[in-house]
Amino acid sequence: MGAIWFCLTALMLTVYVVLDGFDLGAGIVYLLVARNEEERRLVSRTVGPVWDANEVWLLAAGGTLYFAFPALYAASFSGFYLPLMIVLWLLILRGISLEFRSHVAVPMWESFWDAIFFVASLLLAVFYGAALGNVVRGVPLNAHGQFFEALWTNFRPNGETGILDWYTILAGVTALVALTLHGALWVALKTEGALHQRARKLAAVLWWAVALFTILITWASFSLQPHLYASFAARPWGYIFPAIAVAALVAAIVFLKNESRAFYSSCIYLVGMLASVAFGLYPDVLPASTNAALSLTVENAKAADYGLKIGLVWWTIGIILATIYFVMVYRRFAGKVSASSDEHGY
Amino acid sequence: MQSALIVDRLHFAFTVTFHYIFPQITMGLALLIVVLKTMALRSGNEHYNRAARFWAKIFGINFAVGVVTGIPMEFQFGTNWSAFSQAAGGVIGQTLAMEGVFSFFLESSFLGLFLFGEKRLGRIGHWFSAVMVFVGSWLSGYFIVATDAWMQHPVAYSLSTNGIFGLQSFWGLLLNPWTLWQYPHTMIGALQTGCFVMAAIGAFYVLAKRHEDYGRTFLRVAVTVGILAAILQLYPTGDAQGVMIARYQPVTLAAMEGLFHSEKGAPLAILGQPDVAKQRLDNPLVIPRGLSFLTYRAWTAEVKGLDQFPRDAWPDQIELVYFSYHIMVGLGTIFITIFVIAAFLLWRGALYRSRAMLWIIMLALPFPFIANTAGWITAEVGRQPWLIYGMLRTSAGASPLVSAGSAWFTLIGFMGLYTVLGILYLFLVYREIERGPEVEAVASAVLAR
Repeated sequence: MGAIWFCLTALMLTVYVVLDGFDLGAGIVYLLVARNEEERRLVSRTVGPVWDANEVWLLAAGGTLYFAFPALYAASFSGFYLPLMIVLWLLILRGISLEFRSHVAVPMWESFWDAIFFVASLLLAVFYGAALGNVVRGVPLNAHGQFFEALWTNFRPNGETGILDWYTILAGVTALVALTLHGALWVALKTEGALHQRARKLAAVLWWAVALFTILITWASFSLQPHLYASFAARPWGYIFPAIAVAALVAAIVFLKNESRAFYSSCIYLVGMLASVAFGLYPDVLPASTNAALSLTVENAKAADYGLKIGLVWWTIGIILATIYFVMVYRRFAGKVSASSDEHGY
Repeated sequence: MQSALIVDRLHFAFTVTFHYIFPQITMGLALLIVVLKTMALRSGNEHYNRAARFWAKIFGINFAVGVVTGIPMEFQFGTNWSAFSQAAGGVIGQTLAMEGVFSFFLESSFLGLFLFGEKRLGRIGHWFSAVMVFVGSWLSGYFIVATDAWMQHPVAYSLSTNGIFGLQSFWGLLLNPWTLWQYPHTMIGALQTGCFVMAAIGAFYVLAKRHEDYGRTFLRVAVTVGILAAILQLYPTGDAQGVMIARYQPVTLAAMEGLFHSEKGAPLAILGQPDVAKQRLDNPLVIPRGLSFLTYRAWTAEVKGLDQFPRDAWPDQIELVYFSYHIMVGLGTIFITIFVIAAFLLWRGALYRSRAMLWIIMLALPFPFIANTAGWITAEVGRQPWLIYGMLRTSAGASPLVSAGSAWFTLIGFMGLYTVLGILYLFLVYREIERGPEVEAVASAVLAR
């Protein structure tokens, strides 16, 4: 039961990263590829109708984590107190910059929200990467399954660690470049003309950065967290996940001219990377850097079986419904956005 | 970490109070928008569609702020209350996760369709998307109230030796008797807010002689729904809630009423200031024997006062519980009066000409927010000193390793951010009211987001 919910929670977080990842990426490339008001409006229109529904995956994943692994939820949310609160503030800023921008057609108002949208999206990508880095590196859990980390200490990934050290910053930058590429491919997929060209050119450059950081983070993760080696050695079939990630990354550059294939390749790359991390961690859900025996695992963090069994029923129904809504919404807003197309509801 | 406890409590209180300004409008308006869309569908009159579109814009702004301020609520269970989450997550995680899976997806998807898809969906399709937004938001309310109800009145759980709560009956949790009254009471409170917002803007338009035909529609719809809501708020939902508190949380009832000493034929305090040190109510204005009657339907029944309970079982902020309860009930009574008079005038065809009444309706706008907030304070502060009533003390629920300094840092951050958010919100809503329902061109700007 624990293993099932580990997979389901990881799945929901992955869906969140893939979906909200392109919103964030679009926010990051926003000011780089859109040169005038018209183009900026087009880019924000590619995410306008969907960002809110995408973000719901984070909420739903958070709720699922809470109910399936209460001890993990309690430990990680209080231990990552400061970065999590900062993420909340950034999510607030990102949300209102998208929503409020369109209400007042005054250039100063719009450029203010453009800047907020850009900064919030960029920092969110970095924080998500750093958070994942912290989970992989491990945290100083005590005997009660709790910990607290300062934002930074001496930037070293051992001893008294902080949220930010060279390793987690590396993870943050990796997430930043990966989601920026994801966003650039999304914008290329959803737009035409000069905007499309610029997004594609940017993606071609970003690809090299993603390739470089993928190599760096893989090397750093395996050298820092021996648990990863052990997992892959014990179940070699797991190498399929990094293989998928690498293949998808290669596909992204090969298919760069075919915008939908390139974008889907990037989706699969993100899935492959996250699945590799999840596979490498299992059965740990939050490794302890202090003493491996204190690690939170699927077994000691999960809720009682009755609740998990019941949950399986309603979760399945709920996610089928959610998938139907998503197909509906994405179909309704399918195709490229353009200045002339009639997107007006009224 | 006792010094952090008070900050953790303030942290939750501040963020949830600010947050709840917005869902109460969206939950209320969601129903009223369905009413307007239904009127449009039945009459074929474009007037009602325009009216619905105007409220959809207001709804959209509220929804956005509600969403962004709502995310911190779900996270705070873990950030500031990790000991509580560790113990109770197996139970209340169920309802919170179900909210995400069942209502948020529904609400956000159909809101996108409702706001962006009127042309392509057609009349029935658009009406249906409005209904689904309503269902999603009211479902969301159910899961949240069910979560709170479990903390007020824990049921359907098993407790392991290490203090971890496990779910024992899924339906027992979802159909907690506490939820069955608290939910309608809460939702009708939200509906009253929606009605007052719609009626107040309607009254403003009529008084200012702008968009008068829309103003009249808003008044007619809001007052008709509002009188029903105001009455249902008191009876049976409010009354039943009170009886439940008397039965399961008698010490809370004593604090709410400012009743320090047990009495047969206990009086109902209308006004007065509790002096906890001297254990008496100063300057009391009371209805003799009123409390006994309301609680037990018998004028001479004995009601337990605070003196019947050990000090460490008293809510730690008796004065706050007392005042918030009295404010809620007082305002609720005033709302009934306002809506009864307004409905009478509406029936007589005199409401739109009655300037005094229109002024009262317009100026009443802030008070439903205050009443709803006061109601929640009564429930949540009244539950103290328990986090899970009778099971887990609030002092044992906070995150053990989060320092007061960290908690202050983020509380101050939220205060600053929410101040800015509040100002921007008022500015945007003001602009929509200024523009009024007749400006169609605005739609393009909203949709270009």
